[in-house]
Amino acid sequence: MIEPEVAAGREQLIWTLLAEVPDPEIPVLSIVDLGIVRHVRQDADGRLHVGITPTYSGCPATEVIRIAVRAALDAGGHADAVLEEVLSPPWTSEWLTSAGRSKLKAFGIAPPEEPVLSPRRLWDAPLVTCPRCGSRASERVSEFGSTPCKAHYRCGACQEPFDYFKCL
Amino acid sequence: MSAHPAQQEAHFRYVLRLGDTSLVLGQRLGEWAGHAPALEEDLGLANLALDLIGQARLLLTYAGELEGRGRDEDALAFLRDAPEFANLTLAEQPNGDFGQTIVRQWLLDAWQLEIYEGLLVSADTRLGAISAKAVKETRYHHRFSSGWLMRLGDGTQESHDRVQGALDSLWRFTAELFAADDVDERMEAAAIAPALTELAPRWSARIDEDLRAATLKRPAAQPYPWHGRRGVHTEHLGHMLAEMQHLQRTYPGVRW
Repeated sequence: MIEPEVAAGREQLIWTLLAEVPDPEIPVLSIVDLGIVRHVRQDADGRLHVGITPTYSGCPATEVIRIAVRAALDAGGHADAVLEEVLSPPWTSEWLTSAGRSKLKAFGIAPPEEPVLSPRRLWDAPLVTCPRCGSRASERVSEFGSTPCKAHYRCGACQEPFDYFKCL
Repeated sequence: MSAHPAQQEAHFRYVLRLGDTSLVLGQRLGEWAGHAPALEEDLGLANLALDLIGQARLLLTYAGELEGRGRDEDALAFLRDAPEFANLTLAEQPNGDFGQTIVRQWLLDAWQLEIYEGLLVSADTRLGAISAKAVKETRYHHRFSSGWLMRLGDGTQESHDRVQGALDSLWRFTAELFAADDVDERMEAAAIAPALTELAPRWSARIDEDLRAATLKRPAAQPYPWHGRRGVHTEHLGHMLAEMQHLQRTYPGVRW
């Protein structure tokens, strides 16, 4: 049996370690910023369990992230840690941390603005603030972008195209 | 989980059907890569394909475990012949023009929306978890496909006529979407699957609403159901699989 304080300390250590693992497709974000690390806990036998959830079912980064997390745990001396895939509850863009939102914006990607809209109304694209000039006069170019989690927008004020991190 | 063999078999087949429909539809959409009318739509269709293949991976992995014969997602996707595929016949229909692809997508997006929403409360929590993920993606897909249906249907005479034509020719495959057989009935009785008879009117209402907005006419019901889910396919699936499975069949076990 492990003392709770010791366990908590080790768990905190793992969170700090995982906060250094970048998302392979948006490397300014760590996987903790993205909200995909769902749990870090130590069981009664002292074994660590790390739960990761995919953003999208088919996100190709999931595999790369798993390898990176494994490598980070091994390098940190936690080779016995168990990696678990968590499907439920499903990831939502609301799990993006506020630090993550600021990093996205600084990187030129507009962070998610509103909860998921009714699928019925094609014309109700959310009003997205341009990450470069701050104008709200943007228009959607495409529902989809360079990765599953992004849509493609254009700013009407500064004319720059930009990525928008979709609400899901 | 120990269950009656017939029940276990039905459970496997139910999950396999969902996985195969996602896989086959995803592969079809993937055929558009580099050929869509505009770069944005090329990306859009590829993104839908990615989601669908992701769903297929989760479902086929699970199906393989239920079957218990050691087949993983790759064995199921790449090493079965057409008669062993259990997808809806509609999913395997060729892409045709962009309008035909949109009509096929929209009919199946609306179907998946109902199925996945119904599965959220499944007694099978793993299937419920997969559906909770998939339903969010499917809402996005439906917004894309119904949006294009409206643009094309309520667009020019040419675009209107083309999507109406596509709808008229694909409609005969929709009778299969909600035709329950023994697999569905077993799963429904075990509270694993939603009742298709309850989903059908909801699907129908959504279809009518979208058709109205798109100024398109609903074709008359054609009661003959196709049986893709039972392995009876149109000739198109074999051709599609020949391309999809070529690499694994030629070089068994090949890895990147």
